[in-house]
Amino acid sequence: MSSPRPFLEVHAVSLSFDGVRALDQVSFDVKQGEVCALIGPNGAGKSSMVNIISGLYKAGSGTVRFEGKVLRRAAELSALGIARTFQNVALFRGMTVLENVALGNDFRSRASFLEQAFSVGRARGEERQAREDADEVLALLEISDHRDDVVGRLPYGLQKRVELARALAPRPKLLLLDEPMAGMTFDEKRDMCRFVIDAHETLGTTVVLIEHDLGVVMDLSDHVIVLDHGRKIADAAPEAVRTDLAVIEAYVGSFAG
Amino acid sequence: MAFFFEVLIGGLLAGVMYTMVALGFVLIYKASGVFNFAQGSMVLFAALTLVTLLEHGLAFPWALGASAAVMLVVAVAIERVVLRPLVHAPPMALFLATLGLAFVLEGLAQLAYGTQVHGLELGISDAPIAGLPIEISKFDLFAAGVAAALVAAIGILFQTTRAGVGLRAVADDPLAAVAVGLDLRRLWAIAWGGAGLVALVAGLLWGARVGVQFSLSLVVLKALPVLIIGGFSSIGGVIAGGLIVGASEKLAEVYVGSHMGGGIESWFPYVLAVGFLLARPTGLFGERLVERV
Repeated sequence: MSSPRPFLEVHAVSLSFDGVRALDQVSFDVKQGEVCALIGPNGAGKSSMVNIISGLYKAGSGTVRFEGKVLRRAAELSALGIARTFQNVALFRGMTVLENVALGNDFRSRASFLEQAFSVGRARGEERQAREDADEVLALLEISDHRDDVVGRLPYGLQKRVELARALAPRPKLLLLDEPMAGMTFDEKRDMCRFVIDAHETLGTTVVLIEHDLGVVMDLSDHVIVLDHGRKIADAAPEAVRTDLAVIEAYVGSFAG
Repeated sequence: MAFFFEVLIGGLLAGVMYTMVALGFVLIYKASGVFNFAQGSMVLFAALTLVTLLEHGLAFPWALGASAAVMLVVAVAIERVVLRPLVHAPPMALFLATLGLAFVLEGLAQLAYGTQVHGLELGISDAPIAGLPIEISKFDLFAAGVAAALVAAIGILFQTTRAGVGLRAVADDPLAAVAVGLDLRRLWAIAWGGAGLVALVAGLLWGARVGVQFSLSLVVLKALPVLIIGGFSSIGGVIAGGLIVGASEKLAEVYVGSHMGGGIESWFPYVLAVGFLLARPTGLFGERLVERV
């Protein structure tokens, strides 16, 4: 399965905020079907990178291509087959779990306004389909019991899971996870790891994730990219990165300081 | 007792008129968190457009349709020219932008349509309905019916259509909305377009009641207590708020005002609103924000 173009291709991306360089000429490729981890100390530019890939930030220079195509607006993201989650849970708090997850699939809808208003014609089938797809993902992530609960009232760990479910609902080709396990208990982390692996294996989703827990990173990923102060300092298999002195230095430096 | 009910029903019907104005605010507030100070100017602009077209001899249905088209164009233009450049600006900047917009719209209305007062005759008499034990104005009943239909239509839109669910989603979390592929620009244009149409209906009914003139843009002041009492982001809230304001101001005028020289109708709703601000700042149906820190 060697395609002429890489699946996700990040080429010489730079980004500055008011003169502060957040990313400096970062390039890397992600192959289809792999789990790729972005690691590095706080302020290394990991979230900025994910925000650029998902179109929320515009790169100062450089290009991102997904299956050879350049993303122009964040609104096109879902249609290209990319989904993401956020470091701070970004959910529709006033809606139920099912409504949240079904909205993940919403961009596919083709029914007209009137069909929707009266729930007839295409709208009917689409609604049913969206619900079925959502239910399937809820079952996969073991949150079917909370299907009709209002999201804002769920505990944090479950909210993170609902966000993952919403991202998976449209069966994306590429899943971007910004610290999916941040602030979780040990048990919740273990569950979350299992769900990411499940999604990866059963749905064949390519995953790019940001994670601080090196244990999690080593277990989950096939490919690790290390960023530090906006520059890429390592890009290899997890075992190779583990022994890379530069990484240890970056981590020790950031944690000791 | 019949007199009490007459006052009460008259008040509730007037309240529906307030609800209709407040509805325009809620539409935009729900979709973008902006308090649109220009809603009153949109009401005025819509009413003037309609009246001018009628005075030029256009038949009512055509004039109404043309005014609706004008309001849609105006609303979408506002979204594109005023709001889109301010996407990431703080709410205060957006609020001030709509304040400026209010003046621009009123100025444009004067420029285009002149400053004289116009009458607007819908052909529905303000006389009491015959054969009822209490007096209810035909016009009030008609206005209440139109407003109820409008509220119902907007309620259905928000509950069942993709655009409606999208608008709720955007109000809930804009970032998440972008992440699931919702088109914010399109949704904002829909919200403003909807507010433009609501402004037209409000302008039509208020214009017929008080005449189409520049003070029409001041009806929004009565929408403020409605919004404070009902909550800025709830359609059910503005219905309740409008009814409370309408009924309480009329009852207060008749039963309390007579002991203190009258004229309390015009300020009673604001006192009520201040009371609500003290006791229940989010309004009856407003959402309390719970932030994780």
